[in-house]
Amino acid sequence: MVRMVDVFKEYANGVKALKGVSFELNAGEFAFLVGPSGSGKSTIISLLVGEIAPTDGLVIVNGQDMDNIKMRKMPYLRRTIGTIFQDFRLIEYKSVYENVAFAMRVIGASSKDIRQRVPYVLELVGLEYKAKSRPDELSGGEQQRVAVARALVNNPKLIIADEPTGNLDPARSLEILLLLKKINELGTTVLVVTHEKPLVDQFSQRVIAIDGGRIVSDAMDRYYNYESQ
Amino acid sequence: MRVNRNRAFYYIREGISSIFAHSLMSFASICIIIAFLVIMGSFIMLALNINALIGELVSENIILAYVHENLSESDARALEPRLRSIPNISNVTFISREEALQSFIGRYSYTDRFDDIDVTVFRHRYAIYVDDVSQIAQTQAALQHIRELARINANHSLAQTLVSFRTVVSWISVIVIAVLLVISLFIIQNTIKLATYERREEIALMKMVGATNAFIRWPFIIEGFILGMTGSILAFLAIRGLYELALSNMMQFEGGFFTLISFSTNISIPLFLLFIGIGFAVGVGGSGIALNRYLKV
Ligand SMILES: Nc1ncnc2c1ncn2[C@@H]1O[C@H](COP(=O)(O)OP(=O)(O)O)[C@@H](O)[C@H]1O
Ligand SMILES: [Mg+2]
Repeated sequence: MVRMVDVFKEYANGVKALKGVSFELNAGEFAFLVGPSGSGKSTIISLLVGEIAPTDGLVIVNGQDMDNIKMRKMPYLRRTIGTIFQDFRLIEYKSVYENVAFAMRVIGASSKDIRQRVPYVLELVGLEYKAKSRPDELSGGEQQRVAVARALVNNPKLIIADEPTGNLDPARSLEILLLLKKINELGTTVLVVTHEKPLVDQFSQRVIAIDGGRIVSDAMDRYYNYESQ
Repeated sequence: MRVNRNRAFYYIREGISSIFAHSLMSFASICIIIAFLVIMGSFIMLALNINALIGELVSENIILAYVHENLSESDARALEPRLRSIPNISNVTFISREEALQSFIGRYSYTDRFDDIDVTVFRHRYAIYVDDVSQIAQTQAALQHIRELARINANHSLAQTLVSFRTVVSWISVIVIAVLLVISLFIIQNTIKLATYERREEIALMKMVGATNAFIRWPFIIEGFILGMTGSILAFLAIRGLYELALSNMMQFEGGFFTLISFSTNISIPLFLLFIGIGFAVGVGGSGIALNRYLKV
């Protein structure tokens, strides 16, 4: 599903964000990617969604080598990935329903499919009764659930969440993670980036830990203890 | 490529809502296209009128070539093929000295003073018509090489003045039109750039969920298209109105020096198509330039 082999990334300004990262994520897996701020987590995500290219190494997503992908094929690869961000990235002037439908419309889905699928995912995230609301009428947790619904609506194989709980209080954060776990149980591969140890500790899951651009630990059910280094 | 009807509606709806999202820039785009096309249209109508006038003068203004009096009528008539072989000559008519005399007398029929005039006073002559008045001096020079011709009379100064006037007008209009074209493209391009800038977050989202570049572009292309078409249609209505106003004002100078050509369908239809074509090119071209710079990510 996702494979990184000895990946290096040096930005144009000379910052070496990744220094030989290798890991693999199998279909149907749920994993946390943890690490302090600046350790290279978002860089990994940008590589996975094809926003940037690696300086060296292999990045494979859903069977596609991201280094050799034709620009023309990139949109179709991105349709197999659902992405969620800390800042939700909702369109302010569109209703909850339209924000979710947007992701289907812009890949050319028929209105019939949209009418069937959007209510289904809104129900899945528990927001069917807020379909007509605007994002600014919702709490942060609800807004993130809209973003989850949008990431989900095109039925991706992989969901990547970059600090999805960064703007939420602990109770809402747990809610979002439980939701992502539920989506994983329905068959989607999920990678959650976070630096919130207490949250990760509530789950018994694989934790990939990164520090200074290198993987420092990759194990089940264990948050890497950065302080003791 | 099959265009899904849902998708076409989506593009059009997005394109229109974008126009109203920055209505001031859209208004400016339409205005500059109107200004551009109205000025261009005015130059075109001016040029058409000058051409019509030159055409009229050409049919009146001919070169008269007098044949040496020592040539017989048959020898004089035999010159015709040689005259016809000279470039720029469209038609040649032989006028014998008798015909010349008759027409001279006819012009002064109010008097009998010329009744006993001797026909040998007149020379055989050719009335020569040219294709291009601006080349008349060269044609005249070529005629002067024929020894059998005694004298060449080309009364063409007015035609020449008009021709040089037309040249000046053409140059000015080419420059003005080129400048306006660049300005229009620039303004449309900036309008579309503004539209893409206003929607940069949406565009980023579209890319994130896997929209193709073509899909992202279409609404902006349609926006440019609508601006271009609106401008060109309004400009056509304006030029038609202005020209008809000019026509009705010219009517008041009855028996004036010249009359304006009418705004008939063989002028209005090509002009309309030209306007539409330019509106299309400027609108779609301008948005194309803006998008290529913006969507390369
Ligand atoms: N676009 C960029 N250009 C230059 N340097 C960057 C860019 N993005 C991130 N970096 C640098 O790369 C390192 C890793 O950043 P990032 O992957 O965002 O870490 P994290 O998400 O773990 O906080 C940091 O030192 C950061 O400053
Ligand atoms: Mg980050």
